[in-house]
Amino acid sequence: MNTTMPTEISLEALTAGDRAEFARLVDAYSSPIYRLGLRMLGNPQDAEDVLQNTFLNVLTHVSEFEGRSSLATWLYRIAANEALMLLRKKKPEVNLDDFEAADEADDLLPTQFVDWSAVPEDQLLSGEGKAALDGAIETLPEPLRLVFLLRDVEGLSIRETAEALNLTETNVKTRLLRARMFLREQLSVYYGERLRSER
Amino acid sequence: MMTEHVHKDCASLLGSLSEYIDGGLNPELCHEIEKHLEGCENCRVVLNTTKRTIDLVHAPVEKPDLPEDVRARLFKRLNLDDYLKPK
Repeated sequence: MNTTMPTEISLEALTAGDRAEFARLVDAYSSPIYRLGLRMLGNPQDAEDVLQNTFLNVLTHVSEFEGRSSLATWLYRIAANEALMLLRKKKPEVNLDDFEAADEADDLLPTQFVDWSAVPEDQLLSGEGKAALDGAIETLPEPLRLVFLLRDVEGLSIRETAEALNLTETNVKTRLLRARMFLREQLSVYYGERLRSER
Repeated sequence: MMTEHVHKDCASLLGSLSEYIDGGLNPELCHEIEKHLEGCENCRVVLNTTKRTIDLVHAPVEKPDLPEDVRARLFKRLNLDDYLKPK
């Protein structure tokens, strides 16, 4: 992906307080930010809060934006922080600060070795297959899910993901690996059962 | 099966799997991995199913767009009502 502005948003106009330009920015980024909120918090009301708080924050601080990262990365950074703040409030039992655990790669050893890679794509992307994938993403531990969503779903680069989440690139790579292995494992259980029942 | 015994080479491959799939490893490491894959069926399965998992995430399925009522409330909250045109 691209973190270039999809519709050539002018930073100059934004920082000068051009409201029409701000409306264009909102339209360009509200869908991915709403999706991120939905995937992180799990319900539309919280996703809407993340969305509104993100753009209220952007509106307040856009004049201070120094361009050290791209505008898109900065937006994702604000959105990720809003999502994490709301998660802390709504689910205090979730330990989002357990970075050590999130960055240990020792527990990613696979246990499922069913080869379902030849299952045709139309089956994998059918309603049921899609639900299995969505269900697996929902069960990803939050610190891994956030990295996975920015990198693999929204398509930020490793560097952009690191900038947006204030992590090192090494941490991003480790979390991404763990997230992908986690999802592979879950899908292998699901497709393993299906392949066995078809025999 | 690799469940009971994970070979050192398997563990090393797993640690580099993501970067290998994303094409971020140097040719020498890629060669080592490919050599290991030739003789390790379980690692081949893990590689193929991990690639497939990522393909599924990237598949061009319809991504849910922002609901119109959510968009309208957002524009109102930002005092941008005047700029709320149909998309």
